[in-house]
Amino acid sequence: MASESIPMAIPKTSRGVVFEWLFTADHKKIGVMYIVYSLLFLVIMGIEAILMRIQLAHPHASFMSPQTFNRLFTLHGTTGVFFVAMPILFGFGNYLVPLMIGARDMAFPRLNAFSFWITAFGGLVLYASFFAGGGFLQGGSAPDVGWFAYAPLTSTTYSPGHSTDYWTLSILLAGVGSVGGAVNFIATILCMRCPGMTLSRMPLLAWMNLVMGGLVLVTISPLTAAQIMLMIDRYLSGHFFDTQAGGSVVMWMHFFWIFGHPEVYVLIIPCFAFVSEVIPVFSRKAMFGYPAMVAATVSIGFVSLGVWAHHMYTVGMPSYGNAFFVLTTMIVGVPTGIKIFNWLATMWGGKIRFATPMLFCVGFLFQFLIAGLTGIMLATAPFDWQLSNSYFVVAHFHYVIVGGILFTIFAAFYYWFPKMTGRMLNETLGKWHFWIMVIGFHLTFDFMHIPGLLGMPRRVYTYEPGRGWETWNLISSIGVIFQAAAILIFVYNMIQSYFKGAPAGSDPWDAWTLEWATTSPPPDYNFAAIPEVRSRRPLWDIKHPEDPDWKYE
Amino acid sequence: MAANEAPWKLPSRGRVGMFSLIIAESAIFTIFVAAYIFYIGKSISGPTPRQILSIPVFITVCLLSSSLTMHWAVAALRKGKTGSFTLFWFATLALGAIFLIGTGREWHHLIYHEDFTIQTNLFGTTYYSLVGLHASHVLVGLIALATVMILAILGKVKREHWERCEVLSLYWHFVDAVWVVVFTVVYIVGR
Amino acid sequence: MLVFCTGSATLAAALRNPISPTNIFAPASTPAHSIYRLSIFLLEVTGAIFVIVVSLLAYAVVKFRKRKHDDDSEPPQVYGSNQMELAWTVLPVLIVVVLFVSTAQVIHRVQDAQAPERAVRVTAVGHQFWWEYRYSQFGLVTANELHVPVSDSKNPTPTYLALLSADVDHTFWVPRLAGKTDLIPNHPNTMWIDPQETGLFLGQCGQYCGTQHAKMLLRVYVQSREDFDRWVREQQQPATSDPTVAAGQALFLAKACFACHTIRGTIAAGQVGPDLTHLMSRDTIASGALPNTPENLRQWVHNPNAIKPGSLMPVPDLTDEELGQVTAYLLTLH
Repeated sequence: MASESIPMAIPKTSRGVVFEWLFTADHKKIGVMYIVYSLLFLVIMGIEAILMRIQLAHPHASFMSPQTFNRLFTLHGTTGVFFVAMPILFGFGNYLVPLMIGARDMAFPRLNAFSFWITAFGGLVLYASFFAGGGFLQGGSAPDVGWFAYAPLTSTTYSPGHSTDYWTLSILLAGVGSVGGAVNFIATILCMRCPGMTLSRMPLLAWMNLVMGGLVLVTISPLTAAQIMLMIDRYLSGHFFDTQAGGSVVMWMHFFWIFGHPEVYVLIIPCFAFVSEVIPVFSRKAMFGYPAMVAATVSIGFVSLGVWAHHMYTVGMPSYGNAFFVLTTMIVGVPTGIKIFNWLATMWGGKIRFATPMLFCVGFLFQFLIAGLTGIMLATAPFDWQLSNSYFVVAHFHYVIVGGILFTIFAAFYYWFPKMTGRMLNETLGKWHFWIMVIGFHLTFDFMHIPGLLGMPRRVYTYEPGRGWETWNLISSIGVIFQAAAILIFVYNMIQSYFKGAPAGSDPWDAWTLEWATTSPPPDYNFAAIPEVRSRRPLWDIKHPEDPDWKYE
Repeated sequence: MAANEAPWKLPSRGRVGMFSLIIAESAIFTIFVAAYIFYIGKSISGPTPRQILSIPVFITVCLLSSSLTMHWAVAALRKGKTGSFTLFWFATLALGAIFLIGTGREWHHLIYHEDFTIQTNLFGTTYYSLVGLHASHVLVGLIALATVMILAILGKVKREHWERCEVLSLYWHFVDAVWVVVFTVVYIVGR
Repeated sequence: MLVFCTGSATLAAALRNPISPTNIFAPASTPAHSIYRLSIFLLEVTGAIFVIVVSLLAYAVVKFRKRKHDDDSEPPQVYGSNQMELAWTVLPVLIVVVLFVSTAQVIHRVQDAQAPERAVRVTAVGHQFWWEYRYSQFGLVTANELHVPVSDSKNPTPTYLALLSADVDHTFWVPRLAGKTDLIPNHPNTMWIDPQETGLFLGQCGQYCGTQHAKMLLRVYVQSREDFDRWVREQQQPATSDPTVAAGQALFLAKACFACHTIRGTIAAGQVGPDLTHLMSRDTIASGALPNTPENLRQWVHNPNAIKPGSLMPVPDLTDEELGQVTAYLLTLH
């Protein structure tokens, strides 16, 4: 009887498929929806970037009006944080966490679906702004206040009409989705691990999503509060940020950055998770220093809550205030450095296979190191008094987001696409993708540091000739062509491999965590029988019964 | 394989989920409280708290007592005493409703007799937002409580549902705890 | 170590090369100097960390790659090492302590400096999209081009700026003179500069403040004491009144112009736009966006939005002939 396959219940109609996805509460489908949604918005924000870089390739260019440029950089930043980075990481987390902890789904499947759809709706609200007001080609009513929307620029006096409201509303909605997702991650990880999987045996990806979830709870809420305050000011004539009534615009900055800084850790910590899964498997060694990695992640979570005012060094805080934030910001670099050393130590003495996921992780290590070091430079307040709000900062955070976060997301794609679809991504195309991305990334963002050092501020639709900025801007703009090409190769790879890729089997990488113990793609119920584990690498134990991990942990 | 380990027991999803939500909500309230405290005494014009706020003792007592009745309700259900449960649950709902009505009456007085609104001055903005944020959480709680009330009257709430009621009670206790903070900041410290 | 120090000295020298008038590595004033010295130290430390870690990474990538003729066995599994964890925790903490202490010293030196008696005091008010400068010591108000005296390191005459805003957030950033400080409504700030060489120093607004943030440029003229005193005396005079341009002056006072602009010596006392009393003493108009030539002036008055789209100056209601008369009047305001 085992040789007979179970027949499919009902043949799938296209209407049936649509309804299945629309109403699903299955973590794998929701994960895929988050990921596809983010990829669409990644392309959109890429187009926004291309347009901006065309305008900035030459001084006094007239490719677009200042109004359009200001809308583009606002949307580019807002989209990137809330409708690309957050959803894609929630997507991978949603897909992988239950599988890796041996569970059948997330703790609250319907809340999961709700979180996705409200986030998706938020993105649509933001882009609906283009079609309101002056019409699509004029940029409509798209917000133009920058992604951190400082008061009082956002008050009805300086931003009449509804453009700011689209920004506020879309982020409020996305925030609700994020908190829902975080509640789900925490409850799932704490309450649904399979027997034997103590907290100290769960994969680092689970730990990191746990810390990320906790961070989301305390960091998105200040943003929600600030948005509510802004709406009260704009619609109910409140005075939270009304300087004429004695209000403080610095308070907006504090509230925003109390969200904004931990938010970047919310984004990077799941990426650390991807690296912590890929590097051991491709170095053929257990993760070096698992307890230290956990401790470092948790301490990053806590310390990151106390560094926010390093975005406000130029605001006029007293000297001891500035000094305090210098100290905390530098301290948060220590556990981050510990992680880099632990990844290096994992590779050390291994047998490294440079398949595409590993290539992206090595790129990440190199680039994240540089980003961290420019971060240390920015942490020193006096240096920041020169570099804040300049292109040095823009280069720094793109180094983290593109060179760090995006590279690890690519690694995650190449690593887990086989699990999600049952097919391997093409390795040759993967390598082309990697190398062209590396060239484009470094052309654009390495040289972008220089205009910052030479005095070029950010958020400028044009700049003066004769300040030494032209060449570097041109090089940065040229790099965009390579990055766009790399992404096109990637998209082509995904589409082609989805239909024609080599069959993956359940464990194509010879890995050690539970998601590789089921089929590719997994059945709806994930595992036929809930596994029981005795160590951090359950599949290693099965593959090496003479030398299992639980003897050494 | 793992036979030599203790029985596998993990925390309940409902409790962990509710605690997580409470943490997030606490963060929102913290920001509004911070804004309130920062703006104490900074209004350029308009009435001060001392001039127009009177300490709402009665409704505070009602709300805090409702935590007690809530606790008794859940304890009764855990023991299977559905009758007592329904009684205490109703008491919680009623006390909560009294609180909300009381807040509504206070606002009515402030708006129509003291001419004091959210746009009057900084105090007005921070007062109505903070108290209003809390009141909206009470309202959501009351809706949830009312839903369970209806189910209880229909006889559908049984002993095996006690844990779910306990999760709801966590939310209710949180709302009460927030009121302790808001009350202290607005009516005691800020006056 | 020696190689490293010579390397960074060369780097420092290269960075000072005047490739840009807004180069943060070419300081000409004490706050900028302090920042510069700290930044070189910082670059040395971070540079060293970079070299060490990247070397380890490169070594690992080369030495421990899987070879073609490998037997597919797993390498020895190493789970961790407490000593290593301790080492690479303690060492970074020590580096942090050193960096923090040097940073704190510079913060204190720059932020907590006390203004000497002889300091020149200017209040800078940020507007969308221009700079107002009020010298209450001398009873004069000007716009967009800041004049300060050069400071001698033995007998310093720094200039202290009080920073205010009339609308949204702005930032004063002239890289060669100091780090940037924000101009925030209802939140007065101060900063100081003591430029040690005369000349023109450039910068621009460093905080996104709306549509024309990009063209809210800064020009700081550092002059010798005599030149500065002469400039002050000239600026203190009321506007000249030339009868040949009476028609233009009448138009200026009759149309909307006087409502926004001040011309001392006339009834025009508007505060919304720049003070124009000595407009022709400036090299540029529209906050540094255009050279101050008769043709540019005429174009600007005719349609500010064509030059700075989003500028808050409305298009004046003038016929071509009236435009010529008003421009002729403005051209007499030396």
